[in-house]
Amino acid sequence: MAELEARTTATAERTRPLSPHLQIYKPMLTMMMSVVHRITGAALYFGMLLLAWWLIAAAAGPNAYANVEWFMGSLFGRLVLFGYTWALLHHMLGGLRHLIWDTIHGFEPAERELLTLATLIGSTTLTLVLWVVGYLVMGGPR
Amino acid sequence: MTGLQSMRTPIRRVRGLGAARSGTGHFWHQRVTSVAAIPLTIGLLLIITALLGRTHAAVVQILGSPLVAIIMLLFIINTAYHMWIGMQEIILDYVHEDRLKLLSLMANTFFVFAVALACAFAILKLSFGV
Repeated sequence: MAELEARTTATAERTRPLSPHLQIYKPMLTMMMSVVHRITGAALYFGMLLLAWWLIAAAAGPNAYANVEWFMGSLFGRLVLFGYTWALLHHMLGGLRHLIWDTIHGFEPAERELLTLATLIGSTTLTLVLWVVGYLVMGGPR
Repeated sequence: MTGLQSMRTPIRRVRGLGAARSGTGHFWHQRVTSVAAIPLTIGLLLIITALLGRTHAAVVQILGSPLVAIIMLLFIINTAYHMWIGMQEIILDYVHEDRLKLLSLMANTFFVFAVALACAFAILKLSFGV
């Protein structure tokens, strides 16, 4: 038993070669957008709390809902919502790009740059369009 | 190779399992939920845009109507599974100490269940009144 433990520890502690990490490489658009995909994913994870708050408040009654409306209508709330909208759209388009890559298409240097740039421009444009529509047509969050 | 405790090689034990001990299942499920998330996210954004500036009574009525409620529930269930897998992937990438890893994975499960259940309960309450 002791012999087994010693052997297991020895195996676990053996120093193994490490692959170079992010700081070794020159930052490139595809790499940065890969990082952003993960960051937006994590942000959206906690952003679900906002959706939950909104839904629970709607189910709870007019007073609780008024609190959510007050927060979403404040400058800080609008900033959070704007960021949330962009993160959601960017993560969606980034996911779409990854689904395309999953089919082994779009891997040529020019193609992958184009796809990555398209997600960045697409998400920003869609966010602005959605917010303009929100403000002009529906009156925006109050 | 004197350390082998059985006829099975380490690669045989590890193959198809990975750090979460469940193989490529989550990889595939992440793709399935990604595909589902595209129309559901568009649906969510349309619903929210349509609800902007409306009174509480109107919001309750629209969120509780069958089609909207079903889209919202599908979004919540699909997103819950998608974000559970995604956060697990992040944890496995960055948290290597066993105890902290297990606690983080557990916290991930608790968080996702709680948020998803809260959202789903609210939608159901809006749908069925009470």
